[in-house]
This record gives sequence, structure tokens and C-alpha cells, in this order.
Amino acid sequence: MATRELTGAEARPSRPRFIERFTFTERLMHWVHASAFFVLLASGLILYIPSFASAVGRRPLVKDIHFLTAVSWAGAMVLIALLGNRRALARTIREIDVFDRDDRRFLAGRVHAPQGRFNAGQKVNVIITAAFAVLFFVSGMLLWLSERNTSFHLGGTLYLHDALMYLSVIIVTGHLYLALINRSTRHALRGMTLGSVSEEWARAHHVKWVGAPSQPAGDGADALEMAPAGER
Amino acid sequence: MVEREHLPESPRENVGARRLGRAGFLGVVGAGVATLFFGSEISRVTSAVTKPFADATGLSRLVPSSGWRIYTVADTMPVFDRASWRLRIDGLVAHPLELSYDQLLALPKAEQVSTFHCVTGWIVDGVHWGGVRFADLLAAAGPLPGAHAAHFVSAEVPYDDYLALSSLKLPDVMLAYEMDGQPLVQEHGAPVRVVIPDMYGYKNVKWVERITLVAQQSAGYWEKLGYDVDAWVGGSNGYT
Repeated sequence: MATRELTGAEARPSRPRFIERFTFTERLMHWVHASAFFVLLASGLILYIPSFASAVGRRPLVKDIHFLTAVSWAGAMVLIALLGNRRALARTIREIDVFDRDDRRFLAGRVHAPQGRFNAGQKVNVIITAAFAVLFFVSGMLLWLSERNTSFHLGGTLYLHDALMYLSVIIVTGHLYLALINRSTRHALRGMTLGSVSEEWARAHHVKWVGAPSQPAGDGADALEMAPAGER
Repeated sequence: MVEREHLPESPRENVGARRLGRAGFLGVVGAGVATLFFGSEISRVTSAVTKPFADATGLSRLVPSSGWRIYTVADTMPVFDRASWRLRIDGLVAHPLELSYDQLLALPKAEQVSTFHCVTGWIVDGVHWGGVRFADLLAAAGPLPGAHAAHFVSAEVPYDDYLALSSLKLPDVMLAYEMDGQPLVQEHGAPVRVVIPDMYGYKNVKWVERITLVAQQSAGYWEKLGYDVDAWVGGSNGYT
């Protein structure tokens, strides 16, 4: 730890400072989506995997749980988007929409390319998750409707719904690893629960969001401590 | 190292910024929507790749990615007890009768390999069935001239369905008690199910315990919910 004297505005507080990464609206959306996903995954797997289906039985009830969770999830997401902090959501969407040269380098494997509030991987995750949510909902509704009106039958509905599940499980597994296990990235979970992250961590991972360190020589050591080489 | 990479750049500049997110989102949604229409074809290709792997690793017993899904309408699946199980054949017949499982096995055995089509879009190719042709099954009961359809009642209450007697005479139609060389297992309708490959799966009644000959077909379980009585594969239920 550097022990040199600091003066005035440069003085670093002894305790880490935290900066807001996500508003309550964004966090609520995340957790509504996440909890619905796991209820839908569990009930869906019971409907899908023969050994689960015969062990649990009660298929009509499980179907109702699956369907009503999906409808409530969709309604809740729309309500949060309409009644929540729309300015913050619009800003988030704008940031996720834009990929610059550093983002493309990040996706090409150079994970230390400077990143904004969202790194390029997080942007891709949001984009795929949002697209999958739309496709899950559309294909699920088609399955529900085609049990009532056969003109809604399309040859690939079930295949799409299944394929989305397999891909989502893979993506969510990676997401959980980075959010819960991987040492250098799991601090991000604090941002999604409490809303704020430590400024030092943000500098190390999202330098284009918080700005460059004010004293590179002194802060460098801290940044390295929190983000050891080979962090991913 | 983190700092060495950051510092030479002016980090707040978004060099080469392009709005790719929306295009990516629409691209994924578009690909998914296309899958709605071509999914059957895609799944045939992908299952040709995944099935050997799934079979070799035993995954196919667990995951229905390349095979069966089990649909039921009741809270529990019927349990087969060989000693007490009986198949009733009644209605417009000269001699109503009850067959035990062993009496059923004593009838002339037929075998076939056919494709199973579910109305929801999944397909299982090359299913090996063993069972009894309906001509042999119904012969002892003696269908009366007024009988034109069979009402199949499942032990899974309230599932039932009808087939025209003319459909039962199609070459690949049977009451199956074996699947892929093994006695039918519970989730496939043990001990006996209807197999009529030219019609969607919901006409292939599982856990059959009673066959009643009647004058004409009426609406079975799924037909009451809007499905077609004559469920020809590729020619009913919205498929053309």
C-alpha cells in the first residue's frame, strides 16, 4: 500500500468509495427476470424431461405454473419499464446499443481493452437475453394457443423453445460463474444487489465509465490488487 | 497488465462507435422467428448429429432432444399390474370379451418400424413396434355390421379417442405392447397403446384398457379442445 502524503482534492478516503452503477429500476428488472427464469426453467424441465415428468406427475398443475409465471413475468417487466426510472433505462439501452473499437477488441479476446459501464460481453449478454426473452414468450404463447386453436401450429415452435432453453442454460451458467465465483468479476454482484460498486473496482474494469485513475502511480497498485493478471 | 493497456489510450473517446446492439437484437429475433417455420427440418439435421452422441453417452434416456417427450393429462400415470390387468372389448360386437395380458400376447404378433409424429412438431424416426393387428384383436369379439368406429378408453382418466374402423385396417396400425424390442414402459402407455403412424400422436392412445365399437367417431379428449378428429400427419390441425 502506498504511504506517501496526499493533499487537498487528491486525498484518498481511508475507506473505499462507492459509486452507483444500477438504479432500483434496473435492479428490479434484473431480479424479476432472474427469478422468473429459474421458476420457468424448473417447471419447464419437469414438463420436458421424461424421468422428471413421471417422478413429479401432476402435469396439468406444472403447466399452469409454467404458463402463469410466464404471463406474470411479461406483465411485470412491462410495468417496471413503464412505471420505473425510464430515463435510466433509456441511458442503459443507449450504452448497450453502442459498440466501439475497444468493445470489438474486448470481444476478440483482449479483455483488458478499456470498457464503459458495461463491458462488451455484458452488452452481448443483455442483447441475447432480451432477444431470447421475446422468442421464449412468442414460442411459448404459440404452444399455449395451439392447444386451443390448431391454426397456431407451426412446425418449429417446440424446437425453438427447447433450443432457447439449452442456449440460455449455457449463458446463465457463464453469467453465474462471473457473478458468483470468478474473483475479479464477482464484485459486480454488489452493483446488481445494492446498486453501487467500489470506485477502485470500477476503474479497473470500467475505466471509460469512471474515468482514468487520478494518480496512476499510486492507484495502480490497488487496481492490480483487485484485478490480478489473467483475471478471466 | 491492466494499467499498461489503459494508459496509452484516451479512455473516454469512443473510437469507432457504432450502434450494433439493436441490429444484433433484431438479428437474433429474426433467426428465432425463422426457426418457427423451419424448425422441423433443422431438428432433423441437428438430431442426426446429436442422437448418436446422446445414445452413446446414455443422455438420450435423460434428455428428449432427439426423441420422445411424455405428455400426460392426469396427475399420475396408470400403473400396470400384469395379474389383474384386463382389456375390455365391447359395444357393437357379437361377443363382448375381456383379455388378460397373456391372452393378448398369445394372439398373432405383428412388428413394424414406423415414424411417430407429434402434433406439437417433434418426430421420432424408426420406432420398432411389436403388437397385435386390430383385425386379429377384434376377430374373437365379432364386430357387428353397424360398427364403424372404435372408442379407445385410456386408464389415464379422462383421456380417450376414436378411430374409424377403416383407419384401423391401414397397414401400419396396431395395438402395441412392445417398443424397440422391450415391453412397453409406463410412460409410453404400458401395457398397450394404439399405434397409427399416419396420424398425430394424440390418436395413438396410451394405457388402453377398453375398446368399445360404436356406430361413428365422436370427439375424444383433444378433439373436444379443438383438434381434428381425423388427424392425418401433414393434413390436419393447421398443417398442410
